[in-house]
Amino acid sequence: MAEILSQTQTASDAPGDTLKTIRSGLTRRHARERRFRAYGIAAICAALGAVLILFSMILAKGIPAFTQASLTLDVFFDPAVIEVDPRPEPQPGQSPADYQKARLDWERQVTLVNWNRILEAAIRQAAPDMEVDTRQALSIVETSERFVLRDRFVENPALLGQTVKVDLLASANVDNWLKGNIDRSLPDSQQQLSAPARALADRLLENGTIRFAFATQIFTNVDSRSAPASAGLAGAFMGSLYMMLVVIVLAVPLGVGSAVYLEEFAPKNRFTDLIEVNINNLAAVPSIVFGLLGAAVFINYFRLPLSAPLVGGLVLTLMTLPTIIIATRSALRAVPPSLRQAALGLGASRMQTVFHHVLPVTYPGILTATIIGVAQALGETAPLLLIGMNAFVAAVPATPLDQSTALPVQIYLWQGNENRNFFEARTSAAIIVLLGLMITLNALAIYLRTRLERRT
Amino acid sequence: MNKYFLAAAVASSALAASLGFAAAQSRDTIQIAGSSTVLPFASIVAEEFGNAFPEFKTPVVGSGGSSGGLRQFCQGVGENTIDIANSSRRIRASEIEACNQAGVNQILEIQIGFDGIVFATSADKGDFALEPVHVFKAVAAKVPVEGEMVDNPYKSWSEIDSSLPDQPIAVAIPASNHGTREVFEEKVLHAGCEAAELPEMEEEAMEAACTAIRQDVVVEIAGDYTETLARLQSNPDTVGVFGLSFYDQNRDTLKVATMSGVTPSLETIASGEYPVSRPLYFYVKGEHIGQVPGIEEYVEFFMSDQMAGAGGTLEGAGMIPQPEEKTAEVVDAFKERKALTAADVQ
Repeated sequence: MAEILSQTQTASDAPGDTLKTIRSGLTRRHARERRFRAYGIAAICAALGAVLILFSMILAKGIPAFTQASLTLDVFFDPAVIEVDPRPEPQPGQSPADYQKARLDWERQVTLVNWNRILEAAIRQAAPDMEVDTRQALSIVETSERFVLRDRFVENPALLGQTVKVDLLASANVDNWLKGNIDRSLPDSQQQLSAPARALADRLLENGTIRFAFATQIFTNVDSRSAPASAGLAGAFMGSLYMMLVVIVLAVPLGVGSAVYLEEFAPKNRFTDLIEVNINNLAAVPSIVFGLLGAAVFINYFRLPLSAPLVGGLVLTLMTLPTIIIATRSALRAVPPSLRQAALGLGASRMQTVFHHVLPVTYPGILTATIIGVAQALGETAPLLLIGMNAFVAAVPATPLDQSTALPVQIYLWQGNENRNFFEARTSAAIIVLLGLMITLNALAIYLRTRLERRT
Repeated sequence: MNKYFLAAAVASSALAASLGFAAAQSRDTIQIAGSSTVLPFASIVAEEFGNAFPEFKTPVVGSGGSSGGLRQFCQGVGENTIDIANSSRRIRASEIEACNQAGVNQILEIQIGFDGIVFATSADKGDFALEPVHVFKAVAAKVPVEGEMVDNPYKSWSEIDSSLPDQPIAVAIPASNHGTREVFEEKVLHAGCEAAELPEMEEEAMEAACTAIRQDVVVEIAGDYTETLARLQSNPDTVGVFGLSFYDQNRDTLKVATMSGVTPSLETIASGEYPVSRPLYFYVKGEHIGQVPGIEEYVEFFMSDQMAGAGGTLEGAGMIPQPEEKTAEVVDAFKERKALTAADVQ
């Protein structure tokens, strides 16, 4: 700027020259601006490109996991194999406890039936000309599927002696082989399935017994190690849901309450300054520290159970609190003072001013902060590892006190599973589910904010 | 306005109630933690147990390494301590003492079978026929050269022995939180150390010289085998230490090395031909039997023929079954509640 001014001054006696100098400077200045814009666009492109690469890699790896090889078999409930007593029915005069016991004994008996023999017969029937031994035939279906047959029979003992069509999951190794996750040209010694089993799998795919169906078990089943193909996210999802409920129930009232007090009522002195600095510092504390704190306080001192979503929720609450407090305070600070002055001038008490006039204006801000805080907590893994939530749990938690895992922890666990060929895709699928939840939450935050802002 | 007070009141009372509830409620799920080598086997049994015994809840299996599991195990008796610790090495006398001090006196030892430790490289690399002495010379901090201990000079495997491939030395071994490390030191490093004929020195110095690891080309992996596999993928020259079951599931990307001329497999490990194997254990807290339902049934189910026996589910998952007599002995000792004392393991 100074340069231009001095140039115009020296050339002031010749108006044509001045214009020339300005013109030449102008092109340079415009070029500079264009360069700056280009840098900005390049920066955005680089950032977007990174996100795009990440998303496309996850999608490319994960989407195949949403379809899975499954078989439709004609299963004959062979009375020669299923030799069990008829299912006990409640007798008049029998106490419920006695009936329960008889029923359990019967179920145990049904479990001990060699269901694998029935499966083997069904597989052989689907491709009668293939020569395979028992082990090879059974390597086609997932090991958990014998319990599917058992459960069908327990539900309806009249199936005995009948042939019914049953949908069963193919084993993880068959899925890998048919999808080509393992290089199909590798020699036998490097393959997971034996050569006859691979041929059988190919034949079953050819004749339509095996087809690729949408993998609903990702959403409906719990984690599984003995039957990888049936592993799902249901338990982890419920665990995460319970934790988020705990976070919302605790962090929102506590956070909003402390923010309102600190901003509207607390005297401004050294002590409140100190608190403010501490809250800001707390927001920057690494999450793993909260995990250590949670393990020491909630588990060792309060003796809460290990691996429980309640403890996870409490730890994540501590982590989310500063976010909510800081966001609520800045939302309160953004309310124009004229609003408070008007309310006070009309005779409202300070509390009435805050709760009737100031706070409602900040709802969009608080809501956004809450949802973003919850989304952050949903994706948090490190503190959960320290309170035992990385255990293998094969059940859906019924209460927040039952053992469970969480979605991000499940991703971590699947990532470490020894069956790499299968779980690489599963891990990406779980990431897609988690990302989907996050995007939904963030979209909800934006939608609610625009709606509330329009109203006020 | 009342809404907020109501919300806060609900929240705090919910918290208080849940704290009280947690203290009053007795746990009905078996809680297991420990070795990541035993974890897959324990998880499979836990799942099958949940399926076979509808009256019990499916046990929860955590990881944390053998030492981590035993530390949790020895924290004391009660609801929020674990019932069973998985371990890929035997419990130490110091750990039993720590247990006893915390009130855990009934430590019941269950040996479940064997696991082999294998050396593997990327599938597209050369074949390794290793001897313990090769591994020692590759990873030791100081090696004997002409009767003198010098800083490890070897850069390539072929410098150690001309039969080995000309491949830069890079080894990924388990860190000391893993039970596998102890077996690696005992069965590979010590054996290799002896064969390397170190110069005369005092016993303690000898012990230190045998287990001191060079830092330039050896990575110690604190995580699980997936991390070791990732090392192999980022540096394909790396030789990694894996469990047999992990190798078995990833045969398409890994190539196994022979040790003293023996290829590791279920058969060679069960027969004792393959030298680098170790027994696997879990430890049951006797005080919790009867308090937490299903522990007894879980142990018996684990040791049953269809699980840990020859041809059982666990063999399919890569565990090497132990002889039937050993299993019978272990189960009998468990039934008699024969507690382990510090004197037993010294």
